[in-house]
Amino acid sequence: MSSSLLFNITTLSYMVSMLLFFAFMASRNKGVGLAASGAAYAGWLIQTAAILLRWKESYDLGHGHAPLSNLYESVVFFAWTIILIYGIIEMKYKYRIVGAFVVPFALLGMAWAQLGLSSGIEPLVPALQSNWLLYHVITCFLGYAAFAVACGISIMYLIKERHESATGGDGQAGGVMATFPSVRVLDDLNYKAIMIGFPLLTLGIVTGAAWANYAWGTYWSWDPKETWSLIVWFIYAAFLHARITRGWVGRRAAFLSIIGFAATIFCYLGVNLFLSGLHSYGGK
Amino acid sequence: MTTQKQGFLQSLWDFFCSLKLSISLLIGLALVSIIGTVIPQAPSIPEEYIRSLSQTKLQLYDKLGFFDMYHSWWFILLLYLLTVNLVACSIKRLPRVWKIVSEPNLIFDEGLERSLSLTRDLKLKGDTASLKDKLTGFLASEFAAPVVTEQNGEIHLFAQKTPWCRLGVYVVHLSIIIIFIGALIGSFFGYKAYVQIVEGSSVSAAQGRNNKMVDLGFAVKLEKFSVSFYNTGAPKEFKSILTVLENGQPVPGYINIPVVVNDPLTYKGFTFYQSSYGPASEGGTFYFTMRERKGGAQVRVAAHQGDMVQLPGGRTMRVVESTQDVSPVIPQLSGPAARVEVHTPGKQPESFIVFRNYPELDAERGGDLIFTYDGSDEKFYTGLQVAKDSAVPSWW
Ligand code: HEM
Repeated sequence: MSSSLLFNITTLSYMVSMLLFFAFMASRNKGVGLAASGAAYAGWLIQTAAILLRWKESYDLGHGHAPLSNLYESVVFFAWTIILIYGIIEMKYKYRIVGAFVVPFALLGMAWAQLGLSSGIEPLVPALQSNWLLYHVITCFLGYAAFAVACGISIMYLIKERHESATGGDGQAGGVMATFPSVRVLDDLNYKAIMIGFPLLTLGIVTGAAWANYAWGTYWSWDPKETWSLIVWFIYAAFLHARITRGWVGRRAAFLSIIGFAATIFCYLGVNLFLSGLHSYGGK
Repeated sequence: MTTQKQGFLQSLWDFFCSLKLSISLLIGLALVSIIGTVIPQAPSIPEEYIRSLSQTKLQLYDKLGFFDMYHSWWFILLLYLLTVNLVACSIKRLPRVWKIVSEPNLIFDEGLERSLSLTRDLKLKGDTASLKDKLTGFLASEFAAPVVTEQNGEIHLFAQKTPWCRLGVYVVHLSIIIIFIGALIGSFFGYKAYVQIVEGSSVSAAQGRNNKMVDLGFAVKLEKFSVSFYNTGAPKEFKSILTVLENGQPVPGYINIPVVVNDPLTYKGFTFYQSSYGPASEGGTFYFTMRERKGGAQVRVAAHQGDMVQLPGGRTMRVVESTQDVSPVIPQLSGPAARVEVHTPGKQPESFIVFRNYPELDAERGGDLIFTYDGSDEKFYTGLQVAKDSAVPSWW
């Protein structure tokens, strides 16, 4: 059994999960909903095993490093953290349907990694040979994943809100919309997800700065990746403070959350593709 | 007059206490920060980029500080405003939050109801006393034991969990203030420096900001520098072997210390980080084998970089430049190469490149002399970033 086979099964599970979620929305059948999140969790467990196996395979090849060292591995890990954060929010707040707008992100990541990225296990370049890599990458990605979940929730919010203002009713409409939580709940879940992500991103930035100081003697050098993580941080800090002022809940908060996630994705991928700097994951 | 002044101070205070200001500053900082990730920043601005800009653009960017954006006065000003905002807000709000935590509002009146977004009205059957007992029991088992207040015939139940969490925000704000102040001070007293050491030699001063030399008070010697590669061709390790010298004598415990990326050396408060390397500019000795095209014995030539060397027949040669790997310059070829210049009396000097990995290649050049390049004992330098871990700003 190889890790890449397990990763393929993971991708398949997320695909099945997404389709079941769509069926759940259409049918409003509780059993289908249960199966949908069940498929996501099963995929997550398999993925956990696959990540550990890949870690071991790296030792067998004599490289011996955590599977967080290139673009392929980081995208896979990102998908894993997205399902993890979804699971935490689902267990805690019991709104299963959120998965319909979150699992697709994880599926997209896995599909891209499996089909479009080179999956070879490579040795670590000098800059990454440090335990700080683990702390830094894990905290950053957990934060990113919470923002992905918040973005999915915000999309749901916008859909639900539009539907409500079109029908004029307060959610009594049937059909797909009936499975959605009320807009107030969605607004609150958006906030909750960002409250999980924000401290994690903060920790990610702090561990990054600590690593930079340890390895290069400077905490902060305004390289594009660092700057973009700070931009993302500013956006979500603005989000959190906007909420406690009047008038920034609801639709505007949902937009801010989506913009924040777009900036997150640019920080993660765009910086490597379009800008240059020290964090050349993926690189040339 | 005084009321006017007070009015001004009051509105200044209100301005700095406003959350609108924080939100505007945060969003503003997010937007302007993008500039510096798109425009190259000093000190590593490529020449071509400068040349590609029109004169007006160049002047405009320069005036606006776009080439060193994160140290420009207006960016620093925004950070200061944010810090003042944060301090002012915390001073204003902390006492209130403290009061909410220590003496919570136990009465659920209309004002409180309006300030909350998640509320729910429930109609319950039963008399007040039994409902009170039921709800009290329910809250205690499902959430937290409520405080019961009776007022004007109304019964208010108040339950809360971990009220001290509200103060967490202020802990966060305080840490941010400390980080910002540290960063702002650091940007004035930043003590970054750099040393370059050639294999076998030592330095006792580092190059600080604005090329100012800073005395270390001891010397650091580079014993050896090495680079290793994985068989994929990716670099595996850059390693400097360093020895610390006091008055020319090696310091016990600091002899032959390997310094690699992610593993620096610290001595007397100075930390040395592996950051770059390259061939030493003074060069090493290059070895060639030379023969005449028309026949004759092979001659071995040793040439120190830059020096003129006598060749048979009154000719002279020198090594102009060299590289460990030509592939970036000549993609079809790889390995070490040297550019040599040969002077023959009464002729124009000839300049050409010889490649160590391709000994037959020089014959195809068609010159009177045929060279092979046998390698060099060229030395490397290592580039180390230096930081001093003390908050004493007088250092530089
Ligand atoms: C780790 C980052 C931060 C977190 C988690 C955070 C969280 C919060 C929270 C929850 C509040 C509401 C407090 C309350 O209702 O009493 C608040 C208030 C506030 N924050 Fe932040 N904040 C952060 C960073 C910042 C930054 C960078 C600024 C920059 C100016 C800032 C400025 C303010 C201001 C002005 C207030 C209003 C004062 C107040 O309500 O007490 N915060 N913050």
